[in-house]
Amino acid sequence: MLVVALLGTVLAGSRWSDATLTPQLALDLEGGTQIILQPVTTDGSEVTSEDIQQAIGVIRQRVDASGVAEAEITSQGSNNIVVALPGRPDDATLDLVKTSAQMQFRPVLTYGAPTPVTATETPAATPTPGSSVDAGDGTAEGTDPAATEGAATEGAAPEGAATEGAATEGAGAPVVETTQAAEGTTLSSEAVATATEPAPDPAATDPATDPATDPAASDPAVDPSAAATPPATDAGPTSPSDAAFYLTPEVQAAYEALDCTLPENLTGGVNGAADAAVVTCAQDGTVKYVLGPVEVEGTEIDSASSGLRTTSTGATTNEWVVTLDFTGQGTREFAATTERLVSLTPPQNQFAIVLDGLVVQAPSINEPIPNGQAEISGGFTRESAATLANQLNFGALPLTFEVQSQEQISATLGSEQLQRGLLAGLIGLVLVVVYSLVQYRALGLLTVGSLVVASVLTYGVITLLSWTQGYRLSLPGVAGLIVAIGITADSFIVYFERIRDELREGRTLEAAVDRAWDRAKRTILASDAVNFLAAVVLYLLAVGGVRGFAFTLGLTTLIDLLVVFVFTHPALVLMSRLRFFSSGHPLSGLDPRRLGAPGPRYAGRGRVVRPAVGVPDDASSLGDERAPVAAGARRGGATAVSAEGLTIAQRRAAQRAAQQAATDDDGPSTSTSTTSTAASSTSAPGTSTGTAAQDAATQDTGLTGRDEQGSTR
Amino acid sequence: MAIDLARWGNDLYAGRRSYDIVGRRRYFFGASLLLSVVSAVLLVAPGLNPGIEFRGGSEFVVTGPASLEQQTAIDAVQGISPEESPRVTTIGGDSLRVQTARLSDTEVAEVRDALAEAYDVTADDVTSSFIGPTWGQDVSQRAIIGIVVFLALVSLVMTAYFRNWRMAVAALVALFHDLLITVGIYAAVGWEVTPATVIGFLTILGYSIYDTVVVFDKVRENTADTLDQSRYTYGEKANLAVNQTLVRSINTSVVALLPVAAILFVGAFILGAGTLRDIALALFVGMLVGTYSSIFLATPLEVALREREPQQQRQRERVLAARAAASGARPEGATVPTTSADPSASATDGSDALPVGRSARPVAPTVGALRPGQHRGTTAQPRRKGRR
Repeated sequence: MLVVALLGTVLAGSRWSDATLTPQLALDLEGGTQIILQPVTTDGSEVTSEDIQQAIGVIRQRVDASGVAEAEITSQGSNNIVVALPGRPDDATLDLVKTSAQMQFRPVLTYGAPTPVTATETPAATPTPGSSVDAGDGTAEGTDPAATEGAATEGAAPEGAATEGAATEGAGAPVVETTQAAEGTTLSSEAVATATEPAPDPAATDPATDPATDPAASDPAVDPSAAATPPATDAGPTSPSDAAFYLTPEVQAAYEALDCTLPENLTGGVNGAADAAVVTCAQDGTVKYVLGPVEVEGTEIDSASSGLRTTSTGATTNEWVVTLDFTGQGTREFAATTERLVSLTPPQNQFAIVLDGLVVQAPSINEPIPNGQAEISGGFTRESAATLANQLNFGALPLTFEVQSQEQISATLGSEQLQRGLLAGLIGLVLVVVYSLVQYRALGLLTVGSLVVASVLTYGVITLLSWTQGYRLSLPGVAGLIVAIGITADSFIVYFERIRDELREGRTLEAAVDRAWDRAKRTILASDAVNFLAAVVLYLLAVGGVRGFAFTLGLTTLIDLLVVFVFTHPALVLMSRLRFFSSGHPLSGLDPRRLGAPGPRYAGRGRVVRPAVGVPDDASSLGDERAPVAAGARRGGATAVSAEGLTIAQRRAAQRAAQQAATDDDGPSTSTSTTSTAASSTSAPGTSTGTAAQDAATQDTGLTGRDEQGSTR
Repeated sequence: MAIDLARWGNDLYAGRRSYDIVGRRRYFFGASLLLSVVSAVLLVAPGLNPGIEFRGGSEFVVTGPASLEQQTAIDAVQGISPEESPRVTTIGGDSLRVQTARLSDTEVAEVRDALAEAYDVTADDVTSSFIGPTWGQDVSQRAIIGIVVFLALVSLVMTAYFRNWRMAVAALVALFHDLLITVGIYAAVGWEVTPATVIGFLTILGYSIYDTVVVFDKVRENTADTLDQSRYTYGEKANLAVNQTLVRSINTSVVALLPVAAILFVGAFILGAGTLRDIALALFVGMLVGTYSSIFLATPLEVALREREPQQQRQRERVLAARAAASGARPEGATVPTTSADPSASATDGSDALPVGRSARPVAPTVGALRPGQHRGTTAQPRRKGRR
């Protein structure tokens, strides 16, 4: 039932979507789009092959991160990069590849809600600076542009304590409750530092209008180097954080006008002038920023990686962080920047990581970082940490890309390959079917049925995934699926062989199925767990084609487990109740005689189960013969019981009787009974055990008889 | 065939017929070592032949060809360099891209001319350039990291599951053995190594461990109570387990190999060079060797490691002492086997299902079977003196 329901879901999912009923094919089978990129260095230096290799690695990571489609990325000639994407990739994917990445670190001067400020009473000469930000309060709400008016009072409350006029001027300024970009992100040089969240912003950054009376806002005054120098609009900037210098009315106006909720403002592009303030948006459009001039170029990043934070004692916490290493010059610049920023008040103690003109992250500084090894923490998931590290790495490349051409390409493998491959798979399947039918008779049908269910499920899931996840089937993938037949069938074989083993022990089919399942289950789970482990590890760590392979492997392993647990086993339990199987019909594949089950088996309560020993083809008689034989009356009745199927007690009784017969000359009754049992045993063709009399007389003879029988049968 | 296999399975299960795999482990170790050395030599001498995807190669673009027939290009390239299996792609509907392995300068010129001629364009319409590998160092590096992490994890998991590190060690040795031999044979055949081949090798990685785990599970089940009895040694019990899983191993490998063989056949003889052929060869060899190593390498190795344990050694001595005592009445009692196997086991690997050595068995009954799994029926019952 479950399987049917599952299948229904899969099929329905495919039916009511734009997806086709066939899985999408990968580059080698379907063709796709080829983009030729030419990297151009931003600093005018030569493009080295190392740069190209790095760029290829980063592009591959970006493509891999967007799904499991296998892209081909290669260098062409000395300085071109060729990216081939399967099918007709959407614009987002293409942008991912083409994006020229330039990263800069700039100090944050101020930031606010993404919507344009529609301040009614703000005079042009005194621009509204009071964007009060309650960043990182832990709530997961996004910015609510609609709350602009109502939130003004809320925003004013914390400000009121620190600033007099700015707060009221700030009325009408948007309030950012929580932003993605600024959400509790902190930066510390040491692993032990905990993620502290930026305090609510008390500082109104309007030193230009009233620097002297607003100590909280006079940031340059806090800056030790500039403590003695009051900001003056006619002097040069005291530092890149000098809001007084950089927040010119033009910048302010641009800042107010900027609407980060509009998609066209989020496409990124060129970074602004390196020595001037810029107005920009966060990548997700939830915040807008005014940023100071560039302090550290992204190219000064040596490497960036993401991982779980390790404390100074070496223990691993479960908090995801991104670690940064700067180059020599970057270390010096970054040390100077952090030293200055750490003493500033929020939001100016933050610096923004700008990628392609958009702010990726704006962490605040917890402490000066002199050694060039920074750690960004706070609110990361595994994915977001990896993404940031990826972006930081990408930013380390001093390259932009020019798209040389973008064309459709055909499949590298002809449709012939796929057809022949499928044909080969079909032939293989037929062979498997024939083999399992020969080996397991009717039980083989169950193998075939399970394989069919597994293939239908696999097909369904792949179709579903190619629709939702962009999974694409390549020819190695097809081969992998065909190979999976073997691994899936192995689960059944392990199970069936177990059942046969239990039958050999002399159990009835139902008992054998129960016991075999208990044991086979463990084996199947253990071996599949190993396979699944391989799939997960390779999927997480590897890139490119290996990742696609791992995905297929994991998928087929899971489906194998699913099919065995919810289809094969229940079906077998049902089948074991059928007379055809439980009676051990020779065609059922579970014929105890062929499996060499030992002779009679004590069934408890004085009853004995005899295996079928009749004419093999006569199924109807088998049932009767398998019926438990009621043991005769214990006392004095041992000789009356059929010789086969003696319990220990009965055998002993027979033995005693024989001894008695030998010692006393009271022969007639016992001797006749002995001959009668002997006759009955020899009359049955293919008798499995020696008679009780023989057993009783000499044990070794009995054993020889059994063994001879075993070898001749 | 099936009937024979089923009966054979019975005999194996019941211990009537037994192959002394564990006892003769030296031969199998020797064979594996020899194969591994040969493979290692093959890896060095002919070596692997990495394809365009790994080494990069030459690329030709034919602009405005007379036809977009792909076979024309393949023929043209193979006319110059018969070994090549170029990848031909149409680009944008009016040009063809032909990728080959890295060619020498003269060959490049020749291929250019051949392509120009084949597609009826001027030589200027055929541009050539070198392309880098699509499967670069970074992909290999990440894949290797993945494999190493996987192996470390799988060792831990197996150690935890089997509660013994020796099984994990044996499984890993078997895995390396499988990979080495598969890669060696691939090198010997001399086909190009493509990403498909690598994926085939990776599949072997999974399959080998998988198969070993299935066999080891049975070994573990059989040997769970080894220390609680003094009738059989660990090696004998493990040997029975291997024999009992033999039918399963054969069935599994046949079922797994049939589709692979079909792909290999179609790929090698009908399609020629290509993804299918590469992956199928790697899989075919790997699965064969993987099944072999689970039985003939991993288990004996595990037993060899196990029998070094002090408590197993003590148990073995106990078993042998008990046997010596039991057969003490015999004149030839001194011939009690010192190896892990019953003397009769070594003689029964032929078609004869009868345990030999029966004739030598004294009239005084030995209680119980001498081989694990053997059924002695009622003779194994302790005889009681008549109480009444």
